[in-house]
Amino acid sequence: MILLLLIIIPLAGGILAWASGRRAPNASRAIALVAALADLGLALVLWSRYFDQIDLMRQGAWLEEFQARWVPEFGISFYLAIDGVSLLLILLTAVLGALSIAASWSEVNERVGFFHFNLLWILAGLNGVFLALDLFLFYFFWEVMLIPMYFLIGIWGHEDRIYASMKFFIFTQASGLLMLLAILGLYYVHHQETGVFTFNYMELLGTPLARGTGWLLMSGFFAAFAVKLPMFPFHTWLPDAHTEAPTAGSVILAGLMLKSGAYGMIRFVVPLFPEAAHEFAPAAMALGVAGIIYGAIVAFGQDDLKRLIAYTSVSHLGFVLLGIFAWNTLALQGAVMQMLCHGFSTGALFILVGMIQEHLHTRDMRKMGGMWDTVPRMGGVAMFFAMASLGLPGLGNFVAEILVLLGAYQANAWLTGIATTGFVAATIYSLWIMQKAFMGRAIREYHLPDLSVRYMTIFGVMILMLVWLGLYPKPVIETAQTSIEHLQKIAGGASAAAAAPGQTKGGER
Amino acid sequence: MNAQEWAALAPILALSAAGIIVLLASAFIRTHAAAAWLALLGLGAAFVSLWMSPARTTPVTVTPLLIVDRFALYFMGLILVSAIATCALAYGYLKHFSDRREEIYVLIVLSTLGASVMVEARHFASLFLGLELLTVSLYGMVAYVREDEHALEAGMKYLVLAAASSAFLLFGIALIYAELGTMDFARCAAALAAPSRASSPLVLYAGAGLLLTGVGFKLGVVPFHMWTPDVYEGSPAPVTAFLATASKGAMAAALLRLMSGVRIAEYPALAGAFGFVAIASMFAGNFLALKQTNVKRLLAYSSITHLGYLLVAFVASGALAAEAVMYYLAAYMITSLAAFGIVSVCSTSSLQLNTIDEYRGLYWTRPWLAAMFTAALLSLAGIPLTAGFIGKYLVISAGAGAAQWTLLAILVVNSAIGIYYYLRIVVAMYAAPSEPALHLEPLSIEGGIVLSLLTLALVVLGVYPSPLIELIRAAASGFFS
Repeated sequence: MILLLLIIIPLAGGILAWASGRRAPNASRAIALVAALADLGLALVLWSRYFDQIDLMRQGAWLEEFQARWVPEFGISFYLAIDGVSLLLILLTAVLGALSIAASWSEVNERVGFFHFNLLWILAGLNGVFLALDLFLFYFFWEVMLIPMYFLIGIWGHEDRIYASMKFFIFTQASGLLMLLAILGLYYVHHQETGVFTFNYMELLGTPLARGTGWLLMSGFFAAFAVKLPMFPFHTWLPDAHTEAPTAGSVILAGLMLKSGAYGMIRFVVPLFPEAAHEFAPAAMALGVAGIIYGAIVAFGQDDLKRLIAYTSVSHLGFVLLGIFAWNTLALQGAVMQMLCHGFSTGALFILVGMIQEHLHTRDMRKMGGMWDTVPRMGGVAMFFAMASLGLPGLGNFVAEILVLLGAYQANAWLTGIATTGFVAATIYSLWIMQKAFMGRAIREYHLPDLSVRYMTIFGVMILMLVWLGLYPKPVIETAQTSIEHLQKIAGGASAAAAAPGQTKGGER
Repeated sequence: MNAQEWAALAPILALSAAGIIVLLASAFIRTHAAAAWLALLGLGAAFVSLWMSPARTTPVTVTPLLIVDRFALYFMGLILVSAIATCALAYGYLKHFSDRREEIYVLIVLSTLGASVMVEARHFASLFLGLELLTVSLYGMVAYVREDEHALEAGMKYLVLAAASSAFLLFGIALIYAELGTMDFARCAAALAAPSRASSPLVLYAGAGLLLTGVGFKLGVVPFHMWTPDVYEGSPAPVTAFLATASKGAMAAALLRLMSGVRIAEYPALAGAFGFVAIASMFAGNFLALKQTNVKRLLAYSSITHLGYLLVAFVASGALAAEAVMYYLAAYMITSLAAFGIVSVCSTSSLQLNTIDEYRGLYWTRPWLAAMFTAALLSLAGIPLTAGFIGKYLVISAGAGAAQWTLLAILVVNSAIGIYYYLRIVVAMYAAPSEPALHLEPLSIEGGIVLSLLTLALVVLGVYPSPLIELIRAAASGFFS
């Protein structure tokens, strides 16, 4: 029931916020914030329960389940369940959701109700994606969150918003349809093998697949998740969408929506198609490394501050891809950690740029410089998040990236070696931001207010999170650990089980 | 004819009576409202009689021409919904029309009768009768606003092309009759399947080809689609709604019944022809819609694409395909009615909202209207939470079940292309309003009711499709199996 509430609260809150938006914009903002905080409260309740049940969780139990009939004719059910990894992502969604509502409190003044409606429906869709264990339901939520995101970029975005929102929508929708084809393919293959029509993840696990079929179906899933992640070379929608989106949109895109791609890889691609994924892993890792290097280099070449940060996302998410396909405990822990830390560090940078743009009406770094003197608090905060982004030890991103590299080293030493150079590149672009925008001599007079109490609170929360994840990541690692072990067992067990019939079939031929 | 057969014919009888009553009444009492109400009453009576039909339990064969079964009842329900919506929309649309306004309701009722006969047809003769009744009434409806030269042009175009396509159809029927010696669908199928048949496939193929040409014209699929954009654009908006839904729906239902006895996989030429038409329709409709600035033309091209999607399920065949076709048609009809309904309430017989630009900023002046149009467009694009999504899912599922991967890949590509032009309208509606602000009449009560119900239906069918799927499953049993 609590899982259903996690989805229903933002849905209902969105409708309320829309309804109240016309007369009382502040009420609409408050409703949205309360809805996000209510989700956070529920997620915290679940998390507190987690440590009581940790022994059960170690055996691969779900922390909480919810199942209802939906379209029984086709074996579609409304099946939600939560484990450690999804719990962490739900927590991240609630925190970043609340922060982005707070961050756009004064930025968005037009059509306030509809804005918060879209924002909350994205959060609902994300929660659905992280909880759904019925593949049809998963696809449903996956698509549902696109429309409000499209509106968010298309209505409240910057200059090129129409182009960016259209590109975002078509990229994700087209790749999503490939996933739908793959889901249906799996559904029919499963029916052939067992005579049962079902979209239930638990039942579809371990469906024996011929080698070619497995590859084909896996690539359908992989396409959707790779576009969302975004994996090099499918990242081209991202710089446009992130740059043109309003602040809250960028925060949610970078902080949460990209994570849904990574989550899909962890939850679906590898466990459902262990053999194909195993064969594909070196290529996927190589693409991850390519993303790390490429994103960092291109980021360095940007003058548009927001575009620069967008490209750093490509780089950071490359680590996630590398970690996932290394598929050992260390690397997976790193990937999960990176998802959380990237959400905070990049989200914070986007909020900063949003503030700068709100007052300077530009994102061009060539028109900035020496801002530290005018806005020292903002400078300090920017310095902190730039350091987080470059992976300074003591902050979460360092832990995450080190874990990924340690794990990936066991899988593929050469690629890991190349990936390490990403650290150098990250140092360069992070310092570059500081140098161009905040250091040096002021090239003009800025009419820029320094951080208000509201912003200090927002950034304070994010700083605390990153420091906590950097210094004492144990609770998070423990939470992810049980699910990661379980997922590894599923993938390993299934691949062993599937290997046997596959070999006999090969022998017969 | 026994009592049960009469009872099974009740909807048809109600429609026939309604046609005559509206015709006679409007000869004496020339009141717009009276004619509209009488027509609505007749259509409503026919709709209610569907629930009391004995055919709900067992199919009733009435004469060699008609069969009333759950399949027919299902499609008659859809057609009547479309006719009722058309009546309500036409009432608002023609309110300020200075010429005679009453006769359009006669035409709507008669064309509904024709469409109903088509979905009950089990014989080529009744199929043709129904089709002609539908088409001839549509000639009048398309050109109803006679002062408008676009409407006249559309009427002429539709007249010439539809008459020509009827001739093709008739000749095709004649050739099939010459070859198989029967015009009964079931016996045709049996004769086809009989191994002893002294075959002359050329005549048969020619007949089937001509038949499908006629059908293709009605459905507006490539390469028989040329009339669609002009006629859609020129007709009064409520008539466009009827044309896009009831007329195409009835033809698709008749085709489904006709094809249900034929194992399409055994005729590679037939399957190939269907596949080709499907692919060509998907691509041509989409590419022509991409650059359209006229909303009605855009929706016309998009309807070509949608019929292409539908044909994918025809190629797949099998029980699942029949279900997919039936669901898709329901979703498509409700969505199109909603979309054209919005175009209709935004226009009157004298002033039409045509270009996408004219819809700019609609959300800020008329939020509900814009929200409903958005829902309809998203449903056409097949986005979740709408009926269009479930419809598209079922078609894809039917295709996947028959391993038609090429067709499905093309369908996916086209879905992605389609999103672009649907979103162009959505973008315009949510953009800042143009200056000077659009002046629209306030939404009429009947228009508001119809549109809200349609929007509600398309959301409910998208979120909770189970009841309708159960209904369809019962109605589709025996088709394509």
